[in-house]
Amino acid sequence: MLTWLSLLFLALFSGAAFMAGRSRALKSSGGSAAKLHSLPNYYGVYAALWAGAPAALLLLLGATFGGRVEDAMLQAQRPAAVQALTPDRQDVFFSDVNAIAIGQAASEVSYDGALKAAFDAKVVEAKRIDGIVSYSVLGLAGLLALAGFLLATPRINTEFRARNRVEGWIAGVLIACSVAAVLTTLGIVMSLIWESWRFFQSVSPLSFLFGTEWAPQIAMRADQVASSGAFGAVPLFAGTFLVMMIAMLVAAPIGLYSAIYLSEYAGRGLRSTIKPLLEILAGVPTVVYGFFAALTVGPIFRAFFNGIGASLAGGPLDDLAQYLMQVQNQMALVAGVVMGIMLIPFVSSLSDDIINAVPQSLRDGSYAMGATKSETVKKVVLPAALPGIMAAMLLAVSRAVGETMIVTMAAGLQAKLTANPLDTVTTVTVQIVTLLTGDQEFDSPKTLSAFGLGLTLFVVTLGLNIIALRIVQKYREQYD
Amino acid sequence: MTDAAISPGAPAARPAESARDALLKKRHRSEKLFRAQGIAAIIIAMIFLVVLVGRIVAQGYSTFETHTLTVPVYLNPERIDTTAIEGVNFDYIVAEAMMKKLGVQDDDLGTTSGKIMDLTSRDFGNQLLQMVKKDHSLIGKTVNVTGSVKADADLYYKGEIKRSTAEGDRKLDNQQLDWLDKLKNDGTVKTGFNTKFFTNSDSTEPEQAGVWGAVIGSAMMLIITAVIAIPVGVLAAVYLEEFAPKNRWTDVIEVNINNLAAVPSIVYGLLGLALFINWLHVPRGSPLVGGLVLALMALPTVIIATRSSLKAVPPSIREAALGVGASKAQTVFHHVLPLAMPGVMTGAILSLAHALGETAPLLMIGMVAFVPGAPENFASSATVLPVQVFIWENASERAFHERTAAAIIVLLVFMIVMNAAAVILRRRFERRW
Repeated sequence: MLTWLSLLFLALFSGAAFMAGRSRALKSSGGSAAKLHSLPNYYGVYAALWAGAPAALLLLLGATFGGRVEDAMLQAQRPAAVQALTPDRQDVFFSDVNAIAIGQAASEVSYDGALKAAFDAKVVEAKRIDGIVSYSVLGLAGLLALAGFLLATPRINTEFRARNRVEGWIAGVLIACSVAAVLTTLGIVMSLIWESWRFFQSVSPLSFLFGTEWAPQIAMRADQVASSGAFGAVPLFAGTFLVMMIAMLVAAPIGLYSAIYLSEYAGRGLRSTIKPLLEILAGVPTVVYGFFAALTVGPIFRAFFNGIGASLAGGPLDDLAQYLMQVQNQMALVAGVVMGIMLIPFVSSLSDDIINAVPQSLRDGSYAMGATKSETVKKVVLPAALPGIMAAMLLAVSRAVGETMIVTMAAGLQAKLTANPLDTVTTVTVQIVTLLTGDQEFDSPKTLSAFGLGLTLFVVTLGLNIIALRIVQKYREQYD
Repeated sequence: MTDAAISPGAPAARPAESARDALLKKRHRSEKLFRAQGIAAIIIAMIFLVVLVGRIVAQGYSTFETHTLTVPVYLNPERIDTTAIEGVNFDYIVAEAMMKKLGVQDDDLGTTSGKIMDLTSRDFGNQLLQMVKKDHSLIGKTVNVTGSVKADADLYYKGEIKRSTAEGDRKLDNQQLDWLDKLKNDGTVKTGFNTKFFTNSDSTEPEQAGVWGAVIGSAMMLIITAVIAIPVGVLAAVYLEEFAPKNRWTDVIEVNINNLAAVPSIVYGLLGLALFINWLHVPRGSPLVGGLVLALMALPTVIIATRSSLKAVPPSIREAALGVGASKAQTVFHHVLPLAMPGVMTGAILSLAHALGETAPLLMIGMVAFVPGAPENFASSATVLPVQVFIWENASERAFHERTAAAIIVLLVFMIVMNAAAVILRRRFERRW
């Protein structure tokens, strides 16, 4: 609240600085804008920026990190009574102190004796620290604003190159925005590596990557070091691979054939109706596909296989029949098929672009030799477009590997090492979701293993994307 | 071509006419087959689309119809202790009124009233509680209360629970069905449009559950996403496209952004968990943290879309502006960017639509909690439409299934509106140079 109010004040102040800068510039040139180096508004903006921007930055930093500074100062000295507590209880103690200090309800833990005294003392201290930190931030911001204004305005005269200075600010903002994208990557990589490193301290990377048993719940017991092979991720990789293969078996032929038909055969009218319809499939949220898989496709497939099982029962294939009759709604096939449906528009629109990029002269040459349309497509267009199509398929694979909601809702949770599409499988993304939803402590290998899985997922999808981009770059200009 | 190229002697034997015809037929057959494969692929894709949308509409449309009934309730002063209003069993008072209406008596075990309470929503009791709290003089009078029937009764009226099912296999027994038929026949139960679905938030009771909280949560989250992702993304794209020198660093940034666009969404969830929640202590499950995560996710898409629409502005515009003495920044911000704006907005809307449908990263940052009301501010606990769909899909009660489908319909309507806006924007301002 205080931050918002001070930001408002700051905005008013820099508005005033704008007026002051502008009028000072006009005054120095005797009221004629033509004598100034820059347009009058640039002088105003220059003054306003120096008056407002550094102070605003400080206020925002204070709002973001002020709490952490306060916590650090508060916890620098821990009374003996507090030190006697377990680390968890100490955290509760300090969060209660903060809650009381800002007038909220504390947890229901009761403090008495020396602890009570320490608690009351800390509450007073917390209030004092909060006051010191927030008022020093405010005071510093005010000083910055005033100093910026006082330093910037005297420089304004007819010769002053205000536009160039303002454009320097603009360039700075633009660069900062581009850096944000790089920082995002850095943030992803750092957080994944940091948390995974903590995980790999208790579970060796080799047993994670090559172990064949996945049972994270074993590690729930506090006295157990989770190095018993319960974090072997091979079943998850296998499940992910199985679902991905099924999805690609659905998406690749349907997507590719529809792209070929739309770009080579279909007329303008058909093309302009089918393409937007396919794009609807692409725009449907994945949770909707998950619902569709769980409540429509799953039961249909189950009924289908149970029906086959029932009709085979008692015959020579009785074992198979017994198995088919037990098939459940959740299976790799359901998740794979529905994920394939999701990927159709992705594959088809990428392939469509690539097929369209094949130069017409190649087709004309083929027709001139007397080839039919399909022969031209199969023998000339597709080979020419092959690198691009490969790249599109790799991108689709990377989508399939990273897709979460469909598999979460339709593939099941049991980690099994199986190639049977009728079995329930679990994937890397499903495990990440199940490990991190609900309340968990963030130090147990169980929760941290999600970051290990996330790192693997990130590396794999990044690898696929880089390979796809390389393929495209290498072959792109072949026909240009 | 020289004479030597023409082989001497008789020309190569041509295949007999019949063989040639056969070959041609074969080639034409394979042509037809290939074409048929293409058509089949498109038809299969369209069937998927129709089945997907059709099933969801078929499962969800019944939510928009609901059954309400009105009962006159006698507020018996003997049963209502004005000193402890919260403790009064208003549900039983409603059940009494219903028994009177149906002409049945309760036994000692309260079987009948129990069965009747299974047919009427808890909403009746709540309404009475609020009425009496506000106005004590109502005690001793008879008031009319209108409310929903319970979800199972609603399903019976909609034909989802059938009398033909064996009595033990359905939630309602024959006696309850007889009562429901009686209420329907004497006009007590009315069919109407389910406004509650749009005005209520999540609830543990299906007949009370609605999407309002999720819609507000989604809107707040999208505001955060838009406020962060669009300006930052557009300015970053302007820098990379118009100002940046072409060197190793900008190449790295460019590759980096393309890769970011393809990072699985769940990884962004992990980032949000580690960075925003564990490190910066942003409140878990709030629109603020959700919006931040989705903004990071939408950023590369916005940058890529903006860059391509900046690229489409012809160099002559830039040259003309520079020619009359504008600076580089003036050229870009006064001429190039405004001309590229329709493309920028289209890209921004599409990336927001994508963010609206995202679920997986939000599960990581604690948005799966049961939230009974609309969020009050950006830091309070909230739920959003796709997550609401996910939560309801997991609910065991059958009545939640139709609500899941209905929430999907609401979600899809929002997506279609956003996509249509993008298309209209593109059409309306499309410019050929």
